[in-house]
Amino acid sequence: MTLFEAIILTIITASTPLLIAAIGELVVERAGVLNLGVEGMMVIGAAAGIAAAITTGSSSFGVLVAVLAGMALSLVFAALVLGLAANQVAAGLALAILGLGLSGVIGAPFVGVQRAGIGKIEIPWLSEIPFLGPLLFRQDPFVYASIALVVAVWWFLTKSRAGLVLRAVGENHAAAHALGYPVRRIRLLAILFGGGCAGLAGAYMSLVYTPFWTSGMTAGRGWIALAIVVFASWLPFRAMLGAYLFGALTILQLHAQSAGVPLPSQFLAALPYLITILVLVLIMRARRGGAAGPASLGVPFVPDR
Amino acid sequence: MQASPPLLAVEGITKRFGALEANNAVDLKVAPGEIHALLGENGAGKSTLVKIIYGLLRPDAGRLVWRGAPVAVESPRAARALGIGMVFQHFSLFEALTVAENVALALDGSAPLDEIAQRLSETSRAYGLPLDPKREVWRLSVGERQRVEIMRCLMQDPSLLILDEPTSVLTPQEAEGLFATLARLRAEGRSVLYISHKLDEVRRICEAATILRGGQVVAHCDPRAETAASLARMMMGGDVVPIRHDHIEAQGPVRLAVSALSLPPLHAHGIALANINLELRAGEVLGIAGVAGNGQDELFAALSGEELAPHDAAIVMDGVAVGRAGINERRRRGAAFVPEERLGHGAAPAMRLTENALLSGHATNGFLRYGLVERAKLTDFVGKVVRAFDVRKGPADPEARALSGGNLQKFVIGREIARKPGLLVVAQPSWGVDAGAAATIRQALMDLARAGSAVLVISQDLDELLEISDRLCVIFMGRLSPAMPTAEATRESLGLLMGGAGMAA
Repeated sequence: MTLFEAIILTIITASTPLLIAAIGELVVERAGVLNLGVEGMMVIGAAAGIAAAITTGSSSFGVLVAVLAGMALSLVFAALVLGLAANQVAAGLALAILGLGLSGVIGAPFVGVQRAGIGKIEIPWLSEIPFLGPLLFRQDPFVYASIALVVAVWWFLTKSRAGLVLRAVGENHAAAHALGYPVRRIRLLAILFGGGCAGLAGAYMSLVYTPFWTSGMTAGRGWIALAIVVFASWLPFRAMLGAYLFGALTILQLHAQSAGVPLPSQFLAALPYLITILVLVLIMRARRGGAAGPASLGVPFVPDR
Repeated sequence: MQASPPLLAVEGITKRFGALEANNAVDLKVAPGEIHALLGENGAGKSTLVKIIYGLLRPDAGRLVWRGAPVAVESPRAARALGIGMVFQHFSLFEALTVAENVALALDGSAPLDEIAQRLSETSRAYGLPLDPKREVWRLSVGERQRVEIMRCLMQDPSLLILDEPTSVLTPQEAEGLFATLARLRAEGRSVLYISHKLDEVRRICEAATILRGGQVVAHCDPRAETAASLARMMMGGDVVPIRHDHIEAQGPVRLAVSALSLPPLHAHGIALANINLELRAGEVLGIAGVAGNGQDELFAALSGEELAPHDAAIVMDGVAVGRAGINERRRRGAAFVPEERLGHGAAPAMRLTENALLSGHATNGFLRYGLVERAKLTDFVGKVVRAFDVRKGPADPEARALSGGNLQKFVIGREIARKPGLLVVAQPSWGVDAGAAATIRQALMDLARAGSAVLVISQDLDELLEISDRLCVIFMGRLSPAMPTAEATRESLGLLMGGAGMAA
């Protein structure tokens, strides 16, 4: 394997958790709910996932538990913002902090326990293609799943009737309610989907990326995922672009640092953030007209009855 | 008169919100093929009643009878299944979605979007309300948006169509188009429940009317047999004091001059101002007519200083260039501003009246001494405004949101007029307030002008402008027509300008 191939592979690995978390949050925000607790749901997924995997010895079971843990935490958020119409920003921030604390407790017995990561799936024949084969068709299941998620979410939002209803709820919840759509039920489902995705992204961190647990191991990736959703103008494929751009820059700046590029390492470390935001802002500006985001984003909904 | 049972009978409907009885034992019958007016002041309970009919609210008592059989309308979906369609006054379209998507959302069933778009363009052409299914709603004019709302009801083939104040946002010509559509619906045997407070309109197109006051039915009548005055008496339970009406040609000095003012839009869906010129003299009321969303918000922001003009000379107040001056600077020069939205822009909902008085008066009214607030002066000031404008408020110093719309509007306008400003810019002075409060406000604006101030009124209500303005302009797509004396303006000529005809490109 050449260095180039190795770099591409690490870029894909670095980008995948961002992408999974971002695509989940994208659906939540399209439904008009701002869940700032992605980091918390992600890290609790990471802790619960590896705890379950080590305890039972089954990686698949670990993944399942991670998804459920993310959903369980998002349910707390849903109870606050849908049930009690609480402020979404405050509830989301609380969720991020709660998740970080709780994950430390869950993960404490497993600190330093090593286990083999989830292996790659080789697609017969296709993976034999020189150069492209190993890159595209010899990946872990999460990478395939993340791409499938992007396509599925894109199809759901733009082609399906349920997706249209979800966008309508995010655009104008009062009007959707007036047409007889169950605004809060739809938002609950969206929040659970977002929680599940964040949990899955967390599982990727602890079961594949660094196959062991350390406290706070998501290291701000949940926040990056949030930023990607906004700068991607709430569009699935653009979120994918954002996630991969960020992942690529993170890896490349590491190589640049080790290659001794004469720039302060702090500046190089900050580059992925700067460039990703810059590029996505430029794309956003180039697309003229259109709404900036779901119009009801972050506004609590209380039906009058 | 009716051999067959009525299409819809409302029997003894009562609905309470806490202590407020929004509907009290309301009865109403709509015959097949009838255009039935539901008349009443703001707060009379019209909207509550139609929300109950459309399944958005559940009544506390009473029942609905549909084609002779009692029904429980549990949801809008159930209402649509019966054959009831509703065109809302506000909050009912999805701006970022296309016309076809908006229509699809209101249809129960799972027809593919392409098929809906196809049917939509056919049906809309058949009704003479052409629409492009692929356009996003935010790109449409207000009239076109209403077409979308009507079309999405008609696509469900309703027997009863409910229209909530449909002409309040239309130019006179667009309203004519709507009336033609309604006539056609009647010819097809459909019924219409028409909510309005425009009496002439109701007398023209409706053959039955139910009048609500304070949540109760005060009369069932045939509006064609009534006069506008007799209908107004029933709605209000008393006569409205007519406004003193004398258009003048002001000779006073120019107090506000705007020249070649251009400004980019305030937000993504806004309108750019293009080369605005106007002159306002002491002693006159200048009205600016126009359909909502044609640059009124931008013009107001430019005049008030919320948005600064590109250069100082674009706006001149009493001979001083203030285009680059902030709001407080303009206020100190004797200007006062009343924005369109009273809750959130004109007043802070969760703050008390005294605090709201401070918000717009801190720079000019001497409420401060050594940077500290003088509460006694504030309380005196609020008391003065409340007495002068008959603001009914309950507790001594309530939060702004506790006041009814009309009373808050009287307070917000009174707060500025009490300062005796040399220039008053006011947007939608009587939007959504009852006729009594509207008359008080309009009279106060005219009196202020006659006392030597200059008053600029931005409004979508042509009747209001014709009543109080001395001269009129029309704003369309960010351009302002030359001013004409009100005596020479007709509804038709204004309507054409409001629709963009005859405006220099």
